[in-house]
Amino acid sequence: MAIPITYNLRHLRQRPGATAMTAVGIALTVAIALFILALLGGLRQAFARSGQPLNVLVLRKGSTAEVTSTVTEQQAALLRTLPGIAKNAAGQPMVSPELVVVVSLPQRNGAGPNNVTVRGLGRIGRQLRPQVHLVKGRWFHAGQREVDVSQSVARRYRHAQVGGSIRFGQGQWRVVGIFAAGNTAPSSEIWGDVHQMQGDFQRQGVFSSVLLQAASPVEASALVRRVSSDQQLELHGIHEQAYYAQQTQSGAPIELVGWVVALIMAIGSCFAAMNTMYAAVAYREREIGTLRMLGFSRPSILGCFVLESLMLAVLGWALAVVAMLPLNGLTTGTMNNATFSEVVFQIKMTPTVLGWALAFALLMGLIGGLAPAWQAARREIVSALRA
Amino acid sequence: MTTTAPFPAPAKTVAEPAIVEAEHIGKVFHRDSFEVVALEDVSLTIARGDFVALMGPSGSGKTTLLNMIAAVDRPTSGTMRVMGQDIYRLNDREAARWRNEKIGYIFQTFNLIPVLTAAENVELPLLLSRLSKSERREHVETALRLVGLQDRMGHLPKQLSGGQEQRVAIARAIVSDPAILLADEPTGDLDRQSAAEVLEIMTRLNQEFRKTVVMVTHDAHAAGYAHVTRHLEKGHLQA
Ligand SMILES: Nc1ncnc2c1ncn2[C@@H]1O[C@H](COP(=O)(O)OP(=O)(O)OP(=O)(O)O)[C@@H](O)[C@H]1O
Ligand SMILES: [Mg+2]
Repeated sequence: MAIPITYNLRHLRQRPGATAMTAVGIALTVAIALFILALLGGLRQAFARSGQPLNVLVLRKGSTAEVTSTVTEQQAALLRTLPGIAKNAAGQPMVSPELVVVVSLPQRNGAGPNNVTVRGLGRIGRQLRPQVHLVKGRWFHAGQREVDVSQSVARRYRHAQVGGSIRFGQGQWRVVGIFAAGNTAPSSEIWGDVHQMQGDFQRQGVFSSVLLQAASPVEASALVRRVSSDQQLELHGIHEQAYYAQQTQSGAPIELVGWVVALIMAIGSCFAAMNTMYAAVAYREREIGTLRMLGFSRPSILGCFVLESLMLAVLGWALAVVAMLPLNGLTTGTMNNATFSEVVFQIKMTPTVLGWALAFALLMGLIGGLAPAWQAARREIVSALRA
Repeated sequence: MTTTAPFPAPAKTVAEPAIVEAEHIGKVFHRDSFEVVALEDVSLTIARGDFVALMGPSGSGKTTLLNMIAAVDRPTSGTMRVMGQDIYRLNDREAARWRNEKIGYIFQTFNLIPVLTAAENVELPLLLSRLSKSERREHVETALRLVGLQDRMGHLPKQLSGGQEQRVAIARAIVSDPAILLADEPTGDLDRQSAAEVLEIMTRLNQEFRKTVVMVTHDAHAAGYAHVTRHLEKGHLQA
């Protein structure tokens, strides 16, 4: 058995000033890490949940995003004939050629216009995205200048209400319904009939992408390989989930800046912890000598001081969690760099996020505590007792 | 303590086997550029159950010799057998374990852990044993009762007088039932009354519980409690 934890706890309480200062130093850094993790978690969730496991997205070879991709009608027709594609109840192949454009719409609150993704699709396209469901009004009719908007678009943009009309492309589009898509990618989109969109954006005979649903996971992978390896097609296939996971890269700039800041602060926090622990070790030389005299080994002294540093880290983490918890569930938006449109997502303090933040805090505690603890453990008993 | 039955005081005429055998111990400290000879050619035999007082002026090497017996310091030369064990052959971990089981050490300045209660301080050496929590508690109570502080279990060191602190320290030293008690000026920081109490306890531990006691002291009156008094002078043990 080691030196009891109460020993560390009481020492931490014994010097509340130093303990609090160090914990706050760690907490600031952990708060930043928590924020980044929660932000990325929400973003990743928004994208990753967007993909259905059986869906395969087909883009032009070399394109990494739907807006920059083109797929011709002939290519789309060829894709329709590939083996392994699922069929719906009516026996139609689950293949949806779609057009994706980015338009600029005026925001409600008077803030300037913002980019929104408009997706042209057909009935099959909706069947390929079962997570999307209507909450108000009805779905757009083929051949009509009608659109459905997501809940967040309805919330944020002027006239994006059932009965209202919004202007893009060649003119006005009537809003006939509002849909919900959870926190997935379509939750930031506007949907309308694909052929109507092609006409409006002068893209006759051209799509942006084709979404396929495979009959099984194995066939989904086979389709990805088949499409990508076909020299004539000049297309490439990607699992829809992988595609959206890639789009999370749009969080990369915040992520990078955030981590750089967190790293710099982490170095500061490590030094704060180190400083506190060096002071603790210096102050307790005699105790260390006494404990060794009683038979505690060097490793148990090392463990004791590392543990105390880790306890400071956990305290800092707890402070950060308490401070950041009010941000949990906050909805925010970010630019999707691939589509130049806005993606809405939630800041989510999931157990995983809290866990990683704790790991981060513990790492700081460990780095800060190791050198002082090592010094404590190395000390000769005789000289420690003479201190 | 609980495992040791009280024995009658040993008859001094019976030859006891040696528990400490120091041979030609020398210790040189290197401080900056010059050397300090703390011990020179010290040979000493202590019989099991003995009560030895170690006297000598400041800097004569008393603490150094005590530390040699406790295996917390190594001599520059010479050998030391304690309970038949060549203690300088022990590695760091073995020495720690050995101290925990065989040696009780009492400091002039008590050296209680200030954030732990009397009972928690006394329990410390037992944390390294295989005893269960309730067994540990039992041993702690017995040790504290032996020094007359069973009603101070939950007190922190700062809530105790110096004499009480030293008695808690003695309880801590004996709780794992070591064969040898090493005391470095245990009464040095105490008033006359407290010192007398501590010396009574030491005597009782020696006579009733057959602990071998080596006590460093400046005080001739304290040394009077011992069977034997040895003098150190500038690192030399006087005959
Ligand atoms: N760790 C050390 N480093 C350097 N010199 C030391 C060390 N420990 C002891 N000495 C020196 O060795 C000599 C003996 O010291 P020691 O502490 O054994 O004396 P002592 O008899 O216990 O004295 P006191 O009565 O003052 O406690 C002294 O000159 C001391 O300065
Ligand atoms: Mg001394």
